[in-house]
Formats: sequence, C-alpha cells, structure tokens
Amino acid sequence: MTAAAEGSPPLRMTRARRNALLQSEPVQGFALISPTFLYALILLVLPILVVIAHSFWTQHYLTIDRTFTLENYRVALTEPIYRDLLWRSLYISLTVSLFTVILAYPIAYFISFHGGRHKSLWLFLITIPFWTSYLLRVMSWKVILGYNGVLNSGLMGLGIIDEPSTALLYNSSAVIITLTHAWAAFAILPIFVSLEKVDRTLVEAATDLGDGPLRSFLRVTLPLSAPGVISAALIVMIPTVGDYVTPKLVGGKDGVMIANAIQAQFGKAANWPLGAALSVTTMLIVTLMAGATVLIIRALQRLAR
Amino acid sequence: MPEQLQIERPQADRQQSDRAQSDRAMIEIRDVTRSYGAFKALDDASLTIREGEFFSLLGPSGCGKTTLLRMIAGFDNPTSGSIAVGGQPMEGIPANRRPTNMVFQSYAIFPHLNVEQNVAYGLKRLKLQGGEEKRRVEEALAQVSLTGLGKRLATELSGGQRQRVALARALVMRPKVLLLDEPLSALDKKLREQMQVELRRLQQAVGITFVLVTHDQYEALAMSDRIAVMFGGKIAQVASPKEIYQRPVNRQVADFLGGMNFIKAEIVEENGASLTVDTLGFGRVKTDKPKAFVRNGGAATLGIRPERLRVLWDNATAKFEVAGTVVERHYFGEITHLIVEIPGLEKPLSVTETNDFGADDIPVGTPIRLAYDPEALVAMGD
Repeated sequence: MTAAAEGSPPLRMTRARRNALLQSEPVQGFALISPTFLYALILLVLPILVVIAHSFWTQHYLTIDRTFTLENYRVALTEPIYRDLLWRSLYISLTVSLFTVILAYPIAYFISFHGGRHKSLWLFLITIPFWTSYLLRVMSWKVILGYNGVLNSGLMGLGIIDEPSTALLYNSSAVIITLTHAWAAFAILPIFVSLEKVDRTLVEAATDLGDGPLRSFLRVTLPLSAPGVISAALIVMIPTVGDYVTPKLVGGKDGVMIANAIQAQFGKAANWPLGAALSVTTMLIVTLMAGATVLIIRALQRLAR
Repeated sequence: MPEQLQIERPQADRQQSDRAQSDRAMIEIRDVTRSYGAFKALDDASLTIREGEFFSLLGPSGCGKTTLLRMIAGFDNPTSGSIAVGGQPMEGIPANRRPTNMVFQSYAIFPHLNVEQNVAYGLKRLKLQGGEEKRRVEEALAQVSLTGLGKRLATELSGGQRQRVALARALVMRPKVLLLDEPLSALDKKLREQMQVELRRLQQAVGITFVLVTHDQYEALAMSDRIAVMFGGKIAQVASPKEIYQRPVNRQVADFLGGMNFIKAEIVEENGASLTVDTLGFGRVKTDKPKAFVRNGGAATLGIRPERLRVLWDNATAKFEVAGTVVERHYFGEITHLIVEIPGLEKPLSVTETNDFGADDIPVGTPIRLAYDPEALVAMGD
C-alpha cells in the first residue's frame, strides 16, 4: 500500500493535507463542539426562528395568514393586560434574584471561608433538594403557606393570629418565596466559585493595612467576588422571568406571569402569532434587563473602591 | 611616578550599619511558643530587636521564622509567651491595629485597584485632609522609584514592580516596624541582588525597623544589621552577619551559612576565655572559647571556612601551613573549589581560591601546601 502511495504523488499530497487538516487546532475544536452545536442549532435556533417568523403573521381561526404584520407587537406592547403581566414578571424575577443573591451570599461565604475540610460535603448537602422533583418542592410550599398550612397553624398555635391568613398563598409574594427557595443552589454555586478564587492573602493585606473584618470584606472580598454575584443574578433572573409552573401552582390570579399568558395563546386561545410576539418581546426585554444588571453591578463595584 | 595609594585598614569590629542605631528595643519577644497539637512551630523563643535595625530571621523552611513574623504582625497568636512592639504588649491587639505593616511573599497587590489606589489603601481610612493623602502616596512611590506609574493596573506590572508597590503600600503607613516575608524569593537572581541593595538603602533612608524573613543566607548577610538563625522552632544564634559567619555557635549554623570544614580535635586545656586543642592536621591550636561551649568529654570540633585556606605557590611559605594532595577540582568562573586530602584528617578539606593565580589549572593529584590563619579556626559545639 505504501508502495502504491509512493508511486502516486498527488494521492500522497492529499493524504498529507488531510492529516494536516485533522491535526489543526480549529478543526479539532469544531469537531469537539459540533455535537452540541448541531443539537443547539436544531433544538434552539430553529424553534426561535419559527417563533420569530410566527410573530409577524396572523391567525385566522385554523389557518395562518403569512403576510407580514406588526399588529401582534402592537397588541403585546399596548394592551394593558400584557403590559401589566410583563411588568409583574420583571418585578418578580428582579425581586427573586435580589433575594436569592442576598440569601445565597452568606452561605457561599461560609462554605468558602469557614468550610474547612468539609467544603465538598457542604456543597453536596446543598444539592439535596434537587433529588426530588421541582413540582414536589413547589407543592411543599403550598403545604407551608396554605390556608390550613404549616405557617398558619403555627402562627395560630402561638396566638399571633386568630384566623388563618389568606395573604400567604396565591399571590405574587408566594411566587417570590417559592422561586427564591428553588433557585438558591444556582446562586450559591457561582458565588462560591468566585469566593474560592479570592486570594486569602489579599484579605490579610487589607487587615494589615488597618481594615477590620467588615471593611476588608466590603473593600476586597465583595468587589473581587462581583463576577460570581453577576452570574448568580443572571442565572436566577433570566429563567424566572419566563417561569410558568410556579405561578400556576402557587400564584393564584394575582401571581399570573407573562409565561402563563404565552402558554394560553399557544394553548386555549389558539393565537400562535400573538403568543410568539409576546415571547419575542419578553426575550428582548430580558436581554436588556440582563445587560442593565451587569452594568449596574459593575458601576457599584467601581463605587466601592 | 605612580601615586602611592593609602588604604586605611577598616576597624575590625566596625558595625555594618552606617547610620547610628539606638539601643532601645523595638520588638521584645519573650519565651514565645506556638504549638499546633503536639508540633511546636516555635519553641520558647526569646529575642530583642532594636529600634531602627535591619533584622533578619534566617533558617530553612519549617524552622518557624514565618510563624514568628506572622505573630509579630498579629495574624497568629503565641500559645504562650509575650510579644511587645514599641514597648506596648501586643496581646489581644488584632493585626489591623498593630503598628506594623507587612510586605507579603506573594506581594498581595489588590488586582481590582491601580498602583495609586493600592498604595493609598490604608490611608483612605485615616481621612487625611487637603491633599495630604495624594502627597504621601507620591512620596512613597518616589521612594520605591515608581513615580509616574500610579495609574497602572496591578495586572500590568512586572514582578519587580509589584514588589515595589507592596513596599510603598506598607511604607506609606509609616509603621514602627516593617515586616518582610521572603520579599525577594520570587525575583530572578539579578533583580534580587539589585533589590537587596535598594532595600538596604531604603531602610537606611527611612530609619524604620525592618524585620526580614529569608532562607537565603547571602541575602541575610548582605542586608542585615543582625541575624537570628533558626532551626526547628528554636533560635540558634543571634549576632551580626560577620559574627554569625565567622563564629557560628554550632555545626548546624556553620553549615547553613556557606561551606565549613570540620576538624576533630582533642581538648588539651580549657580555661575562662580560651581553648587549647590538639588536631591531627593542624597540630596544637589555641582559640577563643565560644560563649555557649559545653564540654562533651575530651572532644571538640574546629571549623575553618574554605576561603580562609590559601594555596601556597612554589616556594612561598607561611607561618601556619598544612600539606596535602588535590583530589578534586571544581570550576565556578571567578573561583575554583579544590578538595584537598590532608594526611591524618578523616575528611578532605574544601578550599576556595580565586582564579587570579591559576588555581583553576592545578591538576588533580598535585601535592599542595595551604596557608591559614589560626584565628580562622573556630571551636564550636556539636
């Protein structure tokens, strides 16, 4: 075979070229990412393109009119109901991410700075809630917050309230409480990782230069863990805007979010183009909000100097 | 007619420091022990460091020198014993309220701040009035020759520059004591030697007490007024660089500070200040008795540094000489190490000779005579 190859120079050249191609770094890189890339292309990019296309069309009972129109966007942006739902979704997701980060930071800090040899055990314990289904976890909040729930009977038993409160469940606060709990681990992990990267000598240097524990935290540890805070905030904020199960289960009519409206348009209301326009609008607004969050945290970081 | 050069012979016991130091104690360490379970990182150490002194803690890794430095800074606390800085007991005073500042081994430059902000870090809390902060930052940057680099980010600095920033950041606080934890170990050889000179000069200029931790004996010898040599959590010897090098108290100290030839000796006479011994290679020798000399039967150890043995060429003679044979030769550029076997000595002598007279050309196997000064033979405990 070698002899044959030697006898025909052009073939040898192609083989050499093929080897060079296989060994080049960009080619290897593309080969490595291609399964994921194809997967993302087929299951993410294509559906989004379909949704975007639908948002410019019109539903006529069972058929779809494919002439270009901006009518759906006019409805999505001006109809008070959608505007309110969108605002509420943004409010809920911002509040949730704020609370989640505030609650997650001390936990991440404790594990990173005081976890000692048991860091991985602590992290492992944090993942335990994920061993049960998300639905079960949401349901358990129903048990806690409900009319005859744990919280109400507990407060009544202590004599703090006379009759069960209905203010706990089926409103946006219930959604906020449930989501904050559900997303805690997703916020703890990135903050933990960024705290792990903070060189402990820097904290010592700050102490040496006269800072007490609080000052050195505010001037060194917090600014240096900002990347973790940013990613934690984004990781929580982006998916919660579009959450649809939680509001459906614990939100009642006051806790309905934009995703429930989108689901209704694709389901019962059977108006795919309007549902698509609502989706695209939400997507754009989330993008803007995420960008704004990054800028705000960066600005705060600069102020802290 | 060539002008006759008059060279004044320096006084034998001239202090290395050119600036007068006070004899007042700046740091007093009394019976300090630091235990980690059964392990004693520092074992009953006592030490007085004087005001305005450049003091080095020298020893191999794990000898407790860094532990001691961190206890002075307040990052660690003695299990027992006391530490006082400037006459004030440090017990219960946290690191951020001590009159000490530290230059860390890794420099610990804040990566999110630029050079100026790094240097001003400790001043911010003091809320200085009317441009005083800016003035002090500029002054500190000038002291370490970093003028004009104030706006650079920490990530844009070279190793040497980072070290200077760490130095400026500590000096700007005007501490009573500056603690330096192996500050030069991350630099390459050339830069390290340059920084040794600069650090010494800086210390002389600012007059602050410097305490340096190092495992590099040349660094300690070159910069310090006094050195404490430490082994296994204990302080073995505290003295000036010259004293430590020339009159080490034991074999361990002698070995750690460069090469030393050890010679077995038999004690003939011992009195208050001197010791007379018989050796096989060097005959009868009378030397100063070291302070901490403990007689162990009739045996003692003498030591002589390799550079204190000189090759005698041709027919040259000396009052004190030993004869032997060259068995090995190692060339080191400006010097040559000769290993010379002396009849009667169990270990051959190591001799360092500069290469100006052709020591690098002496063939192995050559009979050779070595001159020495009996004062260079020092007695020491084992």
